[in-house]
Amino acid sequence: MTTPDYRLTQLETLEAESIHVIREVAAELERPVLLFSGGKDSIVMLELARKAFAPARIPFPVMHVDTGLNFPDVLEFRDKRVAELGVQLVVASVPDAIAQGQVKEEPNGSRNRIQTPVLLDAVEEHGFTALFGGARRDEDKARAKERVFSFRDEFGQWDPKNQRPELWDLYNGRIHLGESIRVFPLSNWTELDVWQYIAREGIAIPPLYLAQEREVVERQGMLYAVNEFVPAREGERVFRESVRYRTVGDANLTAAVRSRATTVEEVIAEVAVTRMTERGATRGDDKVSDAAMEDRKKEGYF
Amino acid sequence: MSEPVVDVHSPAAEQAAEIATARKDILRIATAGSVDDGKSTLIGRLLYDSKAVFEDQYEAIERASKGDYVDLALLTDGLRAEREQGITIDVAYRYFSTPRRTFILADTPGHVQYTRNMVTGASTADLAIVLVDARKGMLEQSRRHAFLASLLRVPHLVVAVNKMDLVDWSQETFEAIADEFSAFAARLDVPDLTVVPISALHGDNVVTRSDRAPWYQGPSLLHHLEHVHVASDRNLVDVRFPVQYVVRPQSDAHHDYRGYAGTVASGVLRVGDEVQVLPSGLTTTVAAIDGPRGPVQEAFPPMAVTLRLADDLDVSRGDLVCRPANAPQATQDLDALVCWMAEEPLRPRQRLAVKHTTRSVRAVVKELVYRLDVNTLHRDQEAGELGLNDIGRVRLRTTQPLFVDDYNRNRVTGRFILVDEATNATVAAGMLPPHRG
Repeated sequence: MTTPDYRLTQLETLEAESIHVIREVAAELERPVLLFSGGKDSIVMLELARKAFAPARIPFPVMHVDTGLNFPDVLEFRDKRVAELGVQLVVASVPDAIAQGQVKEEPNGSRNRIQTPVLLDAVEEHGFTALFGGARRDEDKARAKERVFSFRDEFGQWDPKNQRPELWDLYNGRIHLGESIRVFPLSNWTELDVWQYIAREGIAIPPLYLAQEREVVERQGMLYAVNEFVPAREGERVFRESVRYRTVGDANLTAAVRSRATTVEEVIAEVAVTRMTERGATRGDDKVSDAAMEDRKKEGYF
Repeated sequence: MSEPVVDVHSPAAEQAAEIATARKDILRIATAGSVDDGKSTLIGRLLYDSKAVFEDQYEAIERASKGDYVDLALLTDGLRAEREQGITIDVAYRYFSTPRRTFILADTPGHVQYTRNMVTGASTADLAIVLVDARKGMLEQSRRHAFLASLLRVPHLVVAVNKMDLVDWSQETFEAIADEFSAFAARLDVPDLTVVPISALHGDNVVTRSDRAPWYQGPSLLHHLEHVHVASDRNLVDVRFPVQYVVRPQSDAHHDYRGYAGTVASGVLRVGDEVQVLPSGLTTTVAAIDGPRGPVQEAFPPMAVTLRLADDLDVSRGDLVCRPANAPQATQDLDALVCWMAEEPLRPRQRLAVKHTTRSVRAVVKELVYRLDVNTLHRDQEAGELGLNDIGRVRLRTTQPLFVDDYNRNRVTGRFILVDEATNATVAAGMLPPHRG
């Protein structure tokens, strides 16, 4: 929206910056792909990609690393959105990789770590040279350190102690064969920015993000909705609670938070006063150690 | 411990939502300093006092704090190696907001060894904060930080004289440091300098004015960050639109659509304006401007838009749209200040790749004019090379013309990066100073 003093608001500035990054990748890198999980951050990223090239189609495919542990709502949303935009969807399947013996199921049931080799195999198979991810720097202290264009070697590894300098908005996308760039167009967005943008642009999101009465169990202080991936264990009390999801990861690991926010506007009010980071509140997979994210990222995780 | 349900219609929630959704602009800040200066404590204090610290983060640092009080510096901890060594190696970005503004803070390393990471953080900043320990005064490192901020033309510089509690809030000490810094800044051509006495540890003059320094009449640090005037830092005069990407839908619905996507570098573009496209020099008019939400009448920096032109010209990525009577200089000879960022030194006759706006060319180093001593500002004209973290003036000859302006007048068209073609590493930041040739 144009104002007489030629200033952009915070959301308009972030939007412009992200569109610039997305166009730069499409112009400079041969085979980009956008990681799309159906989660709110990747939904916003996909919407920004649509705007970057409108009225043309998005000139690259999207990819989902399917752990086989997805919320059905989210998969349905993913397929609908991809069809609307007319983009190609590549699915990298963790269950297939397990069946073919490429990766082994971890004893704790988490597929967080084993999705990394599946992702890297898919990147190699399709020859992708740039991968857009929806990660934000406000999510985690390792992410806070990452460049917008984050260089990965031929093993997909991140070397946090030796990152390329990144000056102004002059991004360096040069790579050798086998190397790739992870690109984070939402680097400077906060959780609240993402929600405000969803509200302002009227962007559709999976219903999981809004509060609803669900059957839940409490584990280590976190609420998990009972479903096919999270059956109630013996001795656990199942009770009904109005909850919503702040992040959408694997269904067996993602906890919900108590909430009465049934509209995006109410979610914004809730986020604005909530005093827990979204990963701390809802992700069992980050509770391992202080440097859990840093270690996973070095191996090639998003 | 599960959280209580938030009443989204409570006055507190409604007020928080109102503050969060208020129309605000962004201020980008870079801080420089080392752990000893209290930089991490200052940032921790800004985050904590502006309520950007979450409960679980606070509990984590409470557990990790060794002393009698909660060590806010731990809020800015990053990589494992940084925690082990107690230093900052690379830039970390922090986010906080107040009812007036939202802030992106690049927390950059102070050690000379990591200068390139400091330059990364400062390159996008509107304002730089240099920390000085009141007991030590202005050190070599403070000079270097101020110099780099001025080299990058960060429009606003704040010197935070920290640990004032350890010098009994001595006005004399503060003024001596402020005077010394002002004298140095005058030589650097710093457009806006503010000096604030603070104690990051106790929070004095960080968020609110402290009564411990009745002699200080200026604002608290946060008050200054909220009110510093940045709108006029942008160039709204010279239209510069580097073409980033050509949009051609090739669909039935948009058969004849051909748009030139890019980010407005400077100036204000309006529908109907007569424009010139470089390098062809052909002129046409702006038929339409498509923004993220459809057509708009005008575009200004940093909007990302798509231009449609009245005539069917041959325009591609790397071309530049300007006004016919106000074009940048087209040149293959760059006389530039560069900050060198690679272990391998820069030497005459070296070949490098150049990225300037959306244009990529190759260049050869014709001459190393001088190497600059950051402390004395002495120009060493005998230098044969630039080593890691050195700053110097070089002459480059490019394979194709670039469309450039002075960096002082236009931060977008006056800057470039150099890339090593063998390793693909970004090896230098370059700026075109005024009075070239």
